[in-house]
Amino acid sequence: MSELSVNHLLGIKYINKKDIDLIFETADHFKEVINRPIKKVPSLRDITIANIFFENSTRTKLSFELAQKRLSADVISFSAAQSSVKKGETLIDTVNNILSMKVDMVVMRHSSPGAAHFLSQNVKASIVNAGDGAHEHPTQALLDSYSIREKLGDVAGKKVVIVGDILHSRVALSNIYALQMQGAEVKVCGPKTLIPRYIESLGVKVEPDLRKALEWCDVANMLRVQNERMDVNFFPSTREYAQQYGLDKTLLDSLNKEIVIMHPGPINRGVEITSDVADSKQSVILNQVENGVAIRMAVIYLLASKIH
Amino acid sequence: MSQKVLLTSKEVNIILHRLACQLIEKHLDFSDTILVGIQPRGTFLAERLKDLLEKEYAISKIALGYLDITFFRDDFRRTNKPLEANKTQIDFIVENKKVVFIDDVLYTGRSIRSALTAIQSFGRPSEIELLVLIDRRFSRHLPIQPDYRGRQVDAINDEKVQVCWIEQDGEDAVYLINK
Repeated sequence: MSELSVNHLLGIKYINKKDIDLIFETADHFKEVINRPIKKVPSLRDITIANIFFENSTRTKLSFELAQKRLSADVISFSAAQSSVKKGETLIDTVNNILSMKVDMVVMRHSSPGAAHFLSQNVKASIVNAGDGAHEHPTQALLDSYSIREKLGDVAGKKVVIVGDILHSRVALSNIYALQMQGAEVKVCGPKTLIPRYIESLGVKVEPDLRKALEWCDVANMLRVQNERMDVNFFPSTREYAQQYGLDKTLLDSLNKEIVIMHPGPINRGVEITSDVADSKQSVILNQVENGVAIRMAVIYLLASKIH
Repeated sequence: MSQKVLLTSKEVNIILHRLACQLIEKHLDFSDTILVGIQPRGTFLAERLKDLLEKEYAISKIALGYLDITFFRDDFRRTNKPLEANKTQIDFIVENKKVVFIDDVLYTGRSIRSALTAIQSFGRPSEIELLVLIDRRFSRHLPIQPDYRGRQVDAINDEKVQVCWIEQDGEDAVYLINK
């Protein structure tokens, strides 16, 4: 087994195909571990990790915490809402104060794009980006690709469409990088107002028609409409969005093949996908969540092995 | 680098038969016994013994698993080379079973210490024994000794004991290599 080429996981853009392969191989072993009667290994018993979340999160935060605990790391978690950030402390000060308590690794979610990168250059700790604004969410993209690999055998050569709010989505950008790096073809689909203007410069085609996009693809990743990031109206109404870009069972069953349905969560049931699609056998949404723990264990383990 | 033959193919074969007989003496029909090959190199010996017990001694349905100890090792972040994980495959619960760890070489005892912790993830065995092909004497870091041994070897730290298997290396043999 080789090593990761990086000391931090800031985004998929900063790693390479070999890193992704190594993370997946390691995640295979951890997936076996988390299905044992006792789901814990002692590898990281002398590592302390701080989870710093300046933005709300359920899945990612729990998944990271669980991954860290399964590896026997000491974990401290804090959310910005209950912290001194509200009293005006700067990001570097907050993190340096945490690090002076002898923390080896920081997992951070922040609303500003580049926050993780900034931190990695200013503090002495291994940094894992758990989402920075609309920039990147690398572990989500890794677990998405890992779930495709698990379901379809390989990512290379597969056609993946990312549907919905591409403009505000860090999941979309990280997924585009990760999928293309592994040799998949990517299209995006959504209302024109929610597609970034220069998206095609990433080598991604835009398909405005959902049915055509679904007929083309092997995998559809349905993104959530991020109302909390919208300062103006990007589409006339939620109902109209659901009619044009929502995936329901009738549309899914009318396709001439079985496609894989993914969603990074949280789901707005009835908007981007209906309940019967989310709970259908073509959906791998809950597998994604399980794989998320294995992938995060792999990332943390591999980064920790570089801390000396 | 020089090398000396410690065991030839014929000697390995005789020892395998002896070890199989010693296992039968203790475990009889193996109904409550589980063989566990320690990854990566203990698996060959474990498979050979299972094969031998089934074909030559007509003992059926021997449970065999593979245990990877990578994530339980005590030298994580303490060596320069990254630790390489292998597949663990234990498709049964070891609760109240007699477990026999099988490895090719017993050296410092640290791998077996890790294996003792790792096996607990699959339940609480009633007892654990250790079978090794080569026991390197006077080199233990921990109070761990084998219950069944193929051959005892005195080797200094600069020397390496290499066990070759026909499946992997093209021949059955054990070499002492001077590094």
